[in-house]
Amino acid sequence: MPSPEQCLSLAVLLPLLGATFNGLWGHRLPRLLVSWLACGTVLSAFALGLYLFGLLSADAGPEQIRVQLFEWIPLATHSIHVGFNADHLSIVMMLVITGVGFLIHLYSVGYMSHDPAFARYFAYLNLFTFAMLILVLGDSLPIMFVGWEGVGLCSYLLIGFWYKDIEKSKAGKKAFVVNRIGDVGFILAMLILFRELGTLEFSGIKEAALGGQISVAVATAVGLLLLLGAAGKSAQVPLYVWLPDAMAGPTPVSALIHAATMVTAGVYMSARLHFVFTLSPVAMLTMASIGAITALFAATIGLVQNDIKKVLAYSTVSQLGFMFIAAGVGAYAAAVFHLVTHAFFKACLFLGSGSVIHAMSDEQDMREMGGLWRKLPITFATFGIATLAIVGFPFLSGFISKDAILWSAFSADAGSFSSTFAPYAKIIWGTGVAAAALTAFYMSRLVFLTFFSGSLRAKPEVAAHVHESPWTMTLPLIVLALLSIIAGVADWPHVFGGHNTFTHWLVPAVGTGTGVSGDHARTEYILMTVATLVALSSFALAFVLYAKKIHPALGRFTEKGFGQWLHIRLFEKWHIDELYEITVLKPLEWTSRLVLFEGLDKRIIDGLVNFTGWLARHLGVLGQLFHNGNIQRYLAIFVIAAALLLYGWLTPYQQKTETSLLQPTSNTQMVTSKRID
Amino acid sequence: MSFGDSERMLLSHEVLDFFSKACYTSRKIINCYQGVTPVMTTTSTLLSWMTFTPLIGAFIIIGIKVLRIQMPETLYRWIALLFSAIPLLISLELWRQFDPNGGVQFVHHFVWIREFNIEYFFGVDGISISMVILTGIVGFIACIASFGITNKPSGYFALYLILLSGMYGTFCALDMFLFYVFWEVMLLPMYFLIGIWGGPRKEYAAIKFFLFTLAGSVLMLLAVIALYYTSQSTPEIPLALVDGTPALHTFNLLKLAELGQAGLFAGANPIFGIAFSKIIFIALFLGFAVKVPMFPFHTWLPDAHVEAPTPISVILAGVLLKMGTYGMLRFNWAILPEAAKWAAYGVAVFGVINIVYAAFVCMAQKDLKKLIAYSSVSHMGFVLLGMAACSPQSITGAVFQMWGHGIVSPMLFLLVGVIYDRAHTRDIEGFGGLASFMPEYSGLTGLAFFASLGLPGLVGFVGEILVFLGTWGAPAAMGTGFRTLVMISATSVIITAAYYLWTMQRMFLGKFNDKWQDINSTLLFRERITLYPLAVMALVFGVFPLPVFDLINPALHDLAKIVVNTLSA
Repeated sequence: MPSPEQCLSLAVLLPLLGATFNGLWGHRLPRLLVSWLACGTVLSAFALGLYLFGLLSADAGPEQIRVQLFEWIPLATHSIHVGFNADHLSIVMMLVITGVGFLIHLYSVGYMSHDPAFARYFAYLNLFTFAMLILVLGDSLPIMFVGWEGVGLCSYLLIGFWYKDIEKSKAGKKAFVVNRIGDVGFILAMLILFRELGTLEFSGIKEAALGGQISVAVATAVGLLLLLGAAGKSAQVPLYVWLPDAMAGPTPVSALIHAATMVTAGVYMSARLHFVFTLSPVAMLTMASIGAITALFAATIGLVQNDIKKVLAYSTVSQLGFMFIAAGVGAYAAAVFHLVTHAFFKACLFLGSGSVIHAMSDEQDMREMGGLWRKLPITFATFGIATLAIVGFPFLSGFISKDAILWSAFSADAGSFSSTFAPYAKIIWGTGVAAAALTAFYMSRLVFLTFFSGSLRAKPEVAAHVHESPWTMTLPLIVLALLSIIAGVADWPHVFGGHNTFTHWLVPAVGTGTGVSGDHARTEYILMTVATLVALSSFALAFVLYAKKIHPALGRFTEKGFGQWLHIRLFEKWHIDELYEITVLKPLEWTSRLVLFEGLDKRIIDGLVNFTGWLARHLGVLGQLFHNGNIQRYLAIFVIAAALLLYGWLTPYQQKTETSLLQPTSNTQMVTSKRID
Repeated sequence: MSFGDSERMLLSHEVLDFFSKACYTSRKIINCYQGVTPVMTTTSTLLSWMTFTPLIGAFIIIGIKVLRIQMPETLYRWIALLFSAIPLLISLELWRQFDPNGGVQFVHHFVWIREFNIEYFFGVDGISISMVILTGIVGFIACIASFGITNKPSGYFALYLILLSGMYGTFCALDMFLFYVFWEVMLLPMYFLIGIWGGPRKEYAAIKFFLFTLAGSVLMLLAVIALYYTSQSTPEIPLALVDGTPALHTFNLLKLAELGQAGLFAGANPIFGIAFSKIIFIALFLGFAVKVPMFPFHTWLPDAHVEAPTPISVILAGVLLKMGTYGMLRFNWAILPEAAKWAAYGVAVFGVINIVYAAFVCMAQKDLKKLIAYSSVSHMGFVLLGMAACSPQSITGAVFQMWGHGIVSPMLFLLVGVIYDRAHTRDIEGFGGLASFMPEYSGLTGLAFFASLGLPGLVGFVGEILVFLGTWGAPAAMGTGFRTLVMISATSVIITAAYYLWTMQRMFLGKFNDKWQDINSTLLFRERITLYPLAVMALVFGVFPLPVFDLINPALHDLAKIVVNTLSA
């Protein structure tokens, strides 16, 4: 039996093995082997993760399992080692990544079965799993950054997987470049921490933070810069613009990378470095505010989109906003728990939408769908369950985790960070409730438009092909739907007689959170009721508007006056892409092309260079004056010049050669100049 | 070590022993004539062999041509390959034997021109050995890439081998005069290689290259002469030739560094009212800055690259650019540390301008080769920035960046060559959708692009992050304000990703442009054996950069300490 450390390293390396094998030789192998290899490596990593989880949760078990493989980059102090650390936080992430990851690999076997680049797809997917494991298991910031960039690369490759469509390629590029804006923040934060502490290992940073070695100013700078990185990766305002476009990738990719795992990296990072964030009130408040703004803002856009995946994309942005709220107010356990439940139900939703799209011959417009519940019963059932989970239907996983977040926000002005959130806690909570209401509306709308609202509106040839998906696709749906129902049990709250097991599990890794204690059962019940009622009324509104057929009242509202204005703004996503185009992209292009390249480089610098050449040639014209072919003048010039030279140069040279060259003395250094004298 | 290895070693030692004995004897004869007893030092002729082997090859090619021996044209290629493989093997052997803490090693030292105290002095330390190995690798790979040259191969390969000798010599020379000779030796073959075997505007590009570099060389020559005449034998640091003859002045770079670090040049008489060390620093710096190339002296590079044949671009980007930054370390930093400290912030500012300005200019490029050329300018900016900040991390980061860029940029230029040989155009917009048509080529290009834009796990990242880390934590003695510069240069992280991915998109993604369906979509064997080693190295040195750091760290840490601890001019 290999040691736990070896298991940890093996779990990270297995997906890399799969990626290498499939990437280099996959196109020559039979598909069955490719899929077995891809799924098998991830499943093995999951099994190893479970084993490590067992070790960590044992009564006398270690608090963390850490392994350092080799020295990567030498530094004056604390060289960067390639090292992994499985603790209570990262093991949760590891299980989500490999567990949900395996289900999505399995789903992909069916979903991608008709694709000619089958092996390339699985190579990328395995490479992603590898990079994501490095991200969460890395024991220092630079190693995390390796994973951070690695998942960005895989995201780029997979969004643009069908690269023959230039729009999909552009979406991939946009994702990578926008993420790089965040990466600058990540890099600068590393620089500050290294200068202040001399180490970039999490253990060292934690020690310094707890030991009071990090000042508030430094923590604020680091926190805000890391937040920039997190906002890029986790698609928060103002860097969220890449995620909706990222839906250009194959749907399982959207489920795995752009819903369940990679986009949660920002939340994970803030939990990992909670000891830095909690030092800075500014960073915490900024994080919670960004989360609240994003949660509401993205939800408004989700209200009116017609592309089934676009709705889910904005929903993801919005849900990530909820996680940011929780992390911002210091409730890291709630943030991570919502991360986990969201991974289940959102993966289920995306895979369900994939199943619908697959059945509809790649149609994504919900206006073309309708009444699908009869033809896709399993898809409908699982999709419905996941929808109930995300809108916060009582006692499902989403209800438990979202309630924990809203409660943390509401009570943020009471606990350890009360001074930070004193005037803002209720605003953040209110925004969260509003976002939850919108969530209930757009998700209900999605379900009604897709599965109900009369009969199928698609073209007959598409309608004829509608079929339920094969078992490799429905099995993951069923598993994820079940998890969406029961996952709440893991953190069953006190008010329902539970023990908040998950929160307690995370205490060694992320601390005790907001520190709100005491019995607030009454308040909590009231908040839950409020949230549920709000969601329910949203659901009712969506039911009236969309369930049977699209209600004429809706048309009356959106076709004139303010309603029309609002509808267009929402449908055009508040014109944010256009805004960036005008304020950032175009000026950048003009500066680089017209000002710097055409102007400075070509005109001024090269102009000067060529002018020098021109000058030299035209000075030569002056010389031509002497060379007019008149032999007498040549001779005269020659004789005068020779005489001058003989007098001024040759004579002193003869006098001095013997002394200067054979016996070097200190006064010889001016020989040349004296000759001219 | 296996039995075969030891046998080979034995053989090479015998040959070298013979050579060194011959040298020793000849030196003794000269010395007897002058009545001075020689001082024996441990001598290794490995470096001389390495440097002059290509020259021997060049003479063989010229000999064949002059004697009009009838040979198949392809023979020249194989001669060139053989005579660039031998120095590669020697450089790898050096890597094996080199002791990172041993200072200057493999010394070959004798008096060359007695009248001016000029010596033949070869040796490598931690700074130069990495560049020597890089030269070996890039020189060999570029030679393979040269197999596609069909126009006057004899002349091409003779010049190529002379160029190779010049490069090795420049990195090995520890005598200032000898260094200058090799520096100029490189210039001429380069001029002809671009001017004869280049593209449509080859004359313009060659002359531009020549004049720019020559202008730099003139400044350098003046500075070299001034340094020589200002150097002075002092009681603490007595100067002598290697055979023991006392000397007043010296061209010996190590002695000059000793003198400089003792403050000799800081205290020398000013020129035109400006401190001696400052004006010499500027002259040397400008000379080297042209080669780097540093903004605003960079405009020769895109033209030279665009016109140069592929292997020459490979050499130019892979090795020649590093001569500039190597020279700065060897001369400006080691000999004039107080001036280096005085100029550090200015150098760093120019480094940042290089990084950011060139990255922006890359966004505007339509010619693939020009884009790669400008990206070289941008990446060499990191070297300047790291050197200037002079912290242990930043200076090793700078030299590692030289190494990393020396691997990635040759790969990029080879890749440009691959597509140009087929399509006879480098217009980025003219391609499209090549990924489905040339998957292998597209994959390799993608790897090279990502290595160049600094993806962690590939070689470009290591140098960049070290330069950032080190410059952010620049020693207080180097001045303040370095952090602002890092923040500005960090934006290049975004711009670089943008222009590379945009290029990817325009060339490889989207619908395939049917115009190109008749070009050869598979890579030739020759192209594969040049590209794959570089691709592997880009990956290996990104994950395991330690062997390189082991070579360079001790020497560079010492140098950084000297500059930091010196009093500013």
